[in-house]
Amino acid sequence: MPSMTMREAISQALWEEMERDERVFILGEEVGLWGGTYAVTKGFYDHFGPERVRDTPIAEGTIVGAANGAAMAGLRPVAELMTINFAFLAMDQIVNHSAKLEAMFGGQFSVPVVIRAVGGGGRQLGATHSQTPDVVFAHFPGLQVVAPGTPADAKGLLKSAIRSGRPTLFIEHATLYQVKGDVPEGDHLEPIGVSKLQRPGGDVTLVTYSKMLEVSLQAAERLAKEGIEVEIVDLRTLRPLDMGPVIESFRKTNRAVIAEEGWGTYGIGAEVAARIYEQALDFVDAPIARVAQKEVGLPYNRRLEQMALPQVEDVIQAVKGVLGWRK
Amino acid sequence: MKKDELLRMYHEMVVVRRLEERSAELYQQGKIGGFLHLYIGQEAVCTGLISARLPQDRVITAYRDHGVAISCGIEPRRVMAELLGKVTGTSKGMGGSMHLADVTKNFWGGHAIVGAHLPLATGMALADKMSGADAVTICMFGDGATNIGYFHESLNLSMVWQLPVLWVCENNLYGMGTAVDRASAVSQIRQKAEGYGMPNDRVDGMDVLKVRAASEAALANVRGGGPFLLEIATYRFRGHSMGDPERYRKTAEVQQWQEDDPIGIFHKHLRTSGCSAAELEQAEQQAEEEIAEAVRFAEESPEPGPELVFAGLPAEAS
Amino acid sequence: MAEVVQMPKLGFDMAEGTLVRWLKAEGESVTKGEILAEIETDKATVEVEANLSGTVRKLLVEARASVPVGTAIAVIGGADEPIDLAALAAGAQPAPKATAAAPSQAARPPAPASPPTPGAAPAGRLPGGVRASPIARRLASHYNLDLRQLAGSGPSGRVLKQDVLAAASGDASASHVPAAAATEHLPISRLRATIGRRMQTSKQQIPHFYLTADLDAAPMMQARAQANLDLAEDAKLSVNDFLVKAAALALRAFPNLNASIEGETIERHGEVNIGVAVAVNDGLLTVVAHSADTKSLTQLSGEIRGLIQRAREGRVRPDDVQGSTFTVSNLGMFDLDQFAAIINPPEAAILAVASVREVPTVLQGQIVPGTRLKVTLSADHRVTDGAEAARWLQVLRGYIEAPVRLFL
Repeated sequence: MPSMTMREAISQALWEEMERDERVFILGEEVGLWGGTYAVTKGFYDHFGPERVRDTPIAEGTIVGAANGAAMAGLRPVAELMTINFAFLAMDQIVNHSAKLEAMFGGQFSVPVVIRAVGGGGRQLGATHSQTPDVVFAHFPGLQVVAPGTPADAKGLLKSAIRSGRPTLFIEHATLYQVKGDVPEGDHLEPIGVSKLQRPGGDVTLVTYSKMLEVSLQAAERLAKEGIEVEIVDLRTLRPLDMGPVIESFRKTNRAVIAEEGWGTYGIGAEVAARIYEQALDFVDAPIARVAQKEVGLPYNRRLEQMALPQVEDVIQAVKGVLGWRK
Repeated sequence: MKKDELLRMYHEMVVVRRLEERSAELYQQGKIGGFLHLYIGQEAVCTGLISARLPQDRVITAYRDHGVAISCGIEPRRVMAELLGKVTGTSKGMGGSMHLADVTKNFWGGHAIVGAHLPLATGMALADKMSGADAVTICMFGDGATNIGYFHESLNLSMVWQLPVLWVCENNLYGMGTAVDRASAVSQIRQKAEGYGMPNDRVDGMDVLKVRAASEAALANVRGGGPFLLEIATYRFRGHSMGDPERYRKTAEVQQWQEDDPIGIFHKHLRTSGCSAAELEQAEQQAEEEIAEAVRFAEESPEPGPELVFAGLPAEAS
Repeated sequence: MAEVVQMPKLGFDMAEGTLVRWLKAEGESVTKGEILAEIETDKATVEVEANLSGTVRKLLVEARASVPVGTAIAVIGGADEPIDLAALAAGAQPAPKATAAAPSQAARPPAPASPPTPGAAPAGRLPGGVRASPIARRLASHYNLDLRQLAGSGPSGRVLKQDVLAAASGDASASHVPAAAATEHLPISRLRATIGRRMQTSKQQIPHFYLTADLDAAPMMQARAQANLDLAEDAKLSVNDFLVKAAALALRAFPNLNASIEGETIERHGEVNIGVAVAVNDGLLTVVAHSADTKSLTQLSGEIRGLIQRAREGRVRPDDVQGSTFTVSNLGMFDLDQFAAIINPPEAAILAVASVREVPTVLQGQIVPGTRLKVTLSADHRVTDGAEAARWLQVLRGYIEAPVRLFL
């Protein structure tokens, strides 16, 4: 099985879908001549041409709006937002239009738009360029929100998103682009709305996604040396949320930790914990712990930024905390 | 223009007028909920503009969309049913007054977020251009929308990419309760197009034939080249929406404009161009009957079932 | 002006007490009447109040230490006042300060009944409830284990999954935390030791004899149901209330059973104070319903309820546990046919109440379902005899089988 980086996986997915379906086209800032600010669309402009790889002015609202309109008219646009922090400028188009147009008009048309956005912190880019506001978008019915943590999932989920014909926000993580992983050959698809067991274990259920999957796996390795076996469930899709594997695991372990890079208040962990309590109260042996970013905007200073972000050590402590929940 | 077409246009304007008057009554009876934005006084705009389009041309507008829906060929009964929230409405009762649409008639809605449909228009025009379809996207909006970011981004993008969009501003002098000169840096909307190097025009919106002529010219411009902005000067005789106390304008002003009632103006013209009073009366009578039937149909239609609320959404996992 | 707090005398025969725990630390301020410490006596753990306001300057005794009554255990004074401990100690009075005022009545040991009783004041201290995680509850139910019997390793003594699994598999340790020892060696608590001593003495010295009566409980159950229709949830009458009242009334007519032996004399008590046995953390406690024969059923019921709650929460006052002249021991909640209790010296008798049961009985030659209750009187043959005791039971039966008499 070939091994490739997350960047390569996403790039391949886009390329293959553009080859496969002429309705698919890309628009966004610097996606064409520049080749994409994260080099995801490098080489696309020369191969697919300016009609299908469109550099836009800096106008996020209209980038997504035009993508919505094109989708309404039958095309399959993949709009790129340079960072998810800029998605707020397109918030109206994403939540009021991409997510709602189909239902509001009684299903007369669909909006098969995919919006790719890069999120996450850890590169000293300052508070407004380092956020993980995934939960904000996952709040809205009508929108699919996908956030892969491995190259295989990135490729498979992006392809599925484009083919799903549903408005989808595809969230990538800036520090995962160079992470390598095995990706099956051929037209590899992964299902949207299906969580995945990434690591089996019997002691604690660790629910996570995106960058925190990598962090969680590292924590699990270190914990294994101490005889603690962590079971990791990767959500992969934030909306629709698949609790199946989470509950199945929790029934076994009775203790859970949820790890996300965003803030904990009103976050992904809050939702997953609420659902665990709702669906598996009889299996709870300790309060569910959440690992998240400190409640601050990320600072520029390298050390302080790392301190504010959830680290391997934080996950380890949280796991030990739920296991050691006794007098 | 042929007499048939003229009579058709007259009839359509009366249909719109009666539809709006009836809707106001139904709203006050509590049968229409939410917001209701009446088109009374602007009938010449929708009729004059949309009658100039080719079938493949798309129309998209903001929330004052009843007249536009009729002009796009949607039956009054389906508009009325949507206003009453019935399943037989254009959007199955899911959208209401602000979200009428019928894509089979190339009418892409009624939109409620000010200016938000302008980017949608660029996208649709982009799709047409990419597919080689000889279609123009007619994007209508009010004077208030010309100050929001979307307006500037969309006009700019349409010029940069040379998209086949006809930007139509229905300047009825008020953005909700704010007069144009209190909200806009320039007094004529068409001036804003200059900033984007876009060809533009302005026309008297109370005269349907003038609107028709200007629209035909504008569409020809778009079909031949790139985007065009057409400012249509008009006036709404009623408030912004039902319940508007209209503290921002004087009654005298309204009355003065009502002397230039577009239906009245057109009636006068038709009487001097070979249409008899009886023919016009017949058109009016027909319109009355259509609206009466539309209301009956709407009131007798069933409500949408709860399953429709979840239609069009991806299945929620556990 | 600093004052010494001494180990108080909380019972006429109390020689020493154990300082279970301090509720105030050195340097903390305390107001008169605030609880200063918990002190364990032979009978119970008692809350002791500060008799003056000030700052706790010194705690002279460590937690769990036992000291004779009268020993200085703390100093309360002004915050900045210089403390001369030696001077204070010398000037201390041997008699206890006015902390928990203890009327010097004859100390009554608790009345035991049968072997293992479940802890009624569990770690969670929730009235009638136990702190346990949801999965622990589920597993306990599955394994048919009584949560109240399990030691919880969670915070606040909460029972967790591993505690239940360990109990179910008989394995002392089922967790990742380093294992506890396989065999446990527990010190005998003061209370347990006292019970043991007294019961041994009783069995050795009192010539017990036993009489059992099989009562028709149907009328009582019916009367109770009717009365309870009008009573609030937390004020409903129990079977025990009926038995206590009936026994008290019956004792009026049989003073020998409401007596104590003093050498060659039988002292017949003027009051009828019924002791009720209550299961507590470490064993048994007898709380006393004074003058039970003079009180109405609802009055008695309320009093006994309060006594039991205080006993379970470790908050008994000396008066609650002293002065009983006859004891009723009720194990009816454990589905027992019958049992015999050991007399509580210096009392002369004790009534053991088993469970109300639906059993076949004979009525006019036919076998019919009946509601029956077996009570067993243990009596001291130095004070009474079989016939008298049997007549007492007859009178008791009269009250129970025609409960309207209890309301007169």
